Amino acid sequence: MRGRIFVTGFGIISAIGRNARETLESLRDSRSGIGPITHLDTIHKAELPVAEVKLSNKELAEMTGVTEYQLTTRTTLLGVIAAREAARHAGLDPSDKQFLTGIVSATTVGGMDKTEINFKNYQKGWPYNHFISTHDCSDSTEKIADYLGIRDYLTTISTACSSSANSVIHGAQLIRHGIVDRVLAGGTDSLSKFTLNGFHALLILDKNPCKPFDKDRMGLNLGEGAAYLVLESERSASEKKVLCELKGYGNANDAYHQTGSSPEGLGPYLSMKEALEMSGLGPEAIDYINAHGTGTDNNDLTEGIAIEKIFAPHIPPVSSTKPLTGHTLGAAGAVEAVISIMALTHGMVFPNLNFRTRIPELSFDPVKELTKMNKVRNVLSNSFGFGGNDSTLIFSAC
Amino acid sequence: MEAFIRGVGNISPQYTYNNAFFLEEVVPHYSIRLLSREPDYKEYINPIQLRRMSRALKMGVTAAGICLRDAEVGTPDAIITATGLGMMEDSEKFLTSILDKGERLVNPTSFIQSIHNTVGAYIAVMLKCNKYNFTYVHNFLSFESALTDTLMRLEERPSERILVGGIEGLAEEYFKITDSVGFWKKEQVESLKLLRYDSPGTIAGEGVAFFLLTKRPDPGNYALIRGVRAIYKPGDPKDIQEKIDPFLDKNKLEVRDLDLVLLGLNGDAEHDGIYHWLQENYFQENSQAYFKHLCGEHYVASSFALWLAAKVLKHQRIPQVIVLKDKGTPGKSIRNILIYNQNKNITHSLMLVSSC
Repeated sequence: MRGRIFVTGFGIISAIGRNARETLESLRDSRSGIGPITHLDTIHKAELPVAEVKLSNKELAEMTGVTEYQLTTRTTLLGVIAAREAARHAGLDPSDKQFLTGIVSATTVGGMDKTEINFKNYQKGWPYNHFISTHDCSDSTEKIADYLGIRDYLTTISTACSSSANSVIHGAQLIRHGIVDRVLAGGTDSLSKFTLNGFHALLILDKNPCKPFDKDRMGLNLGEGAAYLVLESERSASEKKVLCELKGYGNANDAYHQTGSSPEGLGPYLSMKEALEMSGLGPEAIDYINAHGTGTDNNDLTEGIAIEKIFAPHIPPVSSTKPLTGHTLGAAGAVEAVISIMALTHGMVFPNLNFRTRIPELSFDPVKELTKMNKVRNVLSNSFGFGGNDSTLIFSAC
Repeated sequence: MEAFIRGVGNISPQYTYNNAFFLEEVVPHYSIRLLSREPDYKEYINPIQLRRMSRALKMGVTAAGICLRDAEVGTPDAIITATGLGMMEDSEKFLTSILDKGERLVNPTSFIQSIHNTVGAYIAVMLKCNKYNFTYVHNFLSFESALTDTLMRLEERPSERILVGGIEGLAEEYFKITDSVGFWKKEQVESLKLLRYDSPGTIAGEGVAFFLLTKRPDPGNYALIRGVRAIYKPGDPKDIQEKIDPFLDKNKLEVRDLDLVLLGLNGDAEHDGIYHWLQENYFQENSQAYFKHLCGEHYVASSFALWLAAKVLKHQRIPQVIVLKDKGTPGKSIRNILIYNQNKNITHSLMLVSSC
């Protein structure tokens, strides 16, 4: 490895908090953000719980000072809030020309929240067409870059639910290869009718709060949010307070099915293995696994099998924090990266809510309650997506 | 960071899918909507799957197959894709079905196939390729991001062979909607005369171009990619020139060493001025060519340009249909090609390609 990658800041907004402080409080108190739909206009309101950010677009805009909130997608508003917090936390000043600064952002819905409202009007030749240019995934990235003054490298990644873990991987690669010195890496996704109906049609939404790793799990709950990390090279981080190191990462493809994972969890196994190899750590060095753990039949079983294959017989504490945040799709990898770093820096492991009965095929239970630990040295975070896209990040205390 | 192009697979509004040919026959389009000349997909995809696939997905999977055959590679060591709009046809289909049926009884197939990494994932399943699989979706810089990622990985893993490609399918509703708000030209257009219309807008296109990149020297290699760079919101054209100079300098080249400059001119009277300025004040001593009259404008049109550059270098021939200005010495070999593309002075990109 050509130099280490440090994390110097993060920002987060989700159903469990508008910023890092509120998020940590909710994690400590096991306060779930899952509840009835309030903002999204859908017929599934009464039936499908979600983890919404409990603020209107107007209120989100007021937090950022974005004046034209009606012209801005919710994906962008969420992204700006989390990205700004991350930049402030790290003391990131893109105008400092001593270092090159980039942004790698992820999203799966992009501007779909506006497209789905306006699509029929567009087809009628409606003259108010601002949102045509905000549909594609890069729009939120460029708005965030412009808001923060980032110019040296921009890109957007979309690999379904592993998207923002992949932002972190690409961001780290850019630093290792000297393309930039610092990267704001993460993702943002708002809830939309499009994704809600898509997951609903796939019959993988639980009508109650999700129960990852439980024998009687019934599916996932969708969420929304955004999270970003500030990654820096050794040189640019040298005079800063460093939160942790990104010690390893891996991406593999399950190559089995577009939406279902292979029975043996091959992709998840390979991504964890690759991340461990890169980090130089043995499985015993991992103190906590923040699982992808969506609560679907397929994911939790195959992720569990892959975890066992690598870690058994000494399986570290495992939990899915999705019963708190919901599944934030393109933001999930970064949301859970932030939660993993909080586990590292605060020496605690967050519980997997709603768990009752172990999956018969597995040999472990997830963490049931908040656990303070003397030392959390290394945390592994999994993010898996449709198209068999599997990614693993490993964060280590410095 | 550099890598050889070992194989190509290109489906575009020209007959580009057969690698034995190189624009001997040029297709004129009498429309502002340039759709691909598609191959017989049955050679690459089984008929049962074929029925459920969108055009972009069919083109993507097939171009990848053509590329791998061309490179004589069975399974690549990574699959990296780029697409600005993703699987728009399936997105439109799913969105229409939700809206028309009031969110009741919708079929998930088009939802599954609407995700942006669908092509990369399909290829992975077909080839049982468990390796690295990424998808970049940053409008006109999507392909450049994918290429940057590819080159970085090859630096770390010089024995690998990576499949990288750009995918864009021009979907029905997207075309109509963007047409209604003035993305495309209003007059009757003959594509091959694209630069003669002094009007705003351009012509819509689509296409898929895949490349197999490797660090291994091989007599079958097309060309050497020596660098890629994206520029976001620069100042005036002079500022762009000041960014091209160090890009060339990094490769120990000066602007006069460029045997051909491939420009992303798209006939938009409001935005081609940047190219004109560079043509007159910076590339004035270089041979100049363009390509969007062949493939139309789309988010990964630069991948078509890279295909064009690779073929020019391999065949040592510049097809007359792309030439804007010929400054070449007859008999002199074509060594260095710079591709410069920009969109409305927001995103700009550079790719430097040389003969092997």
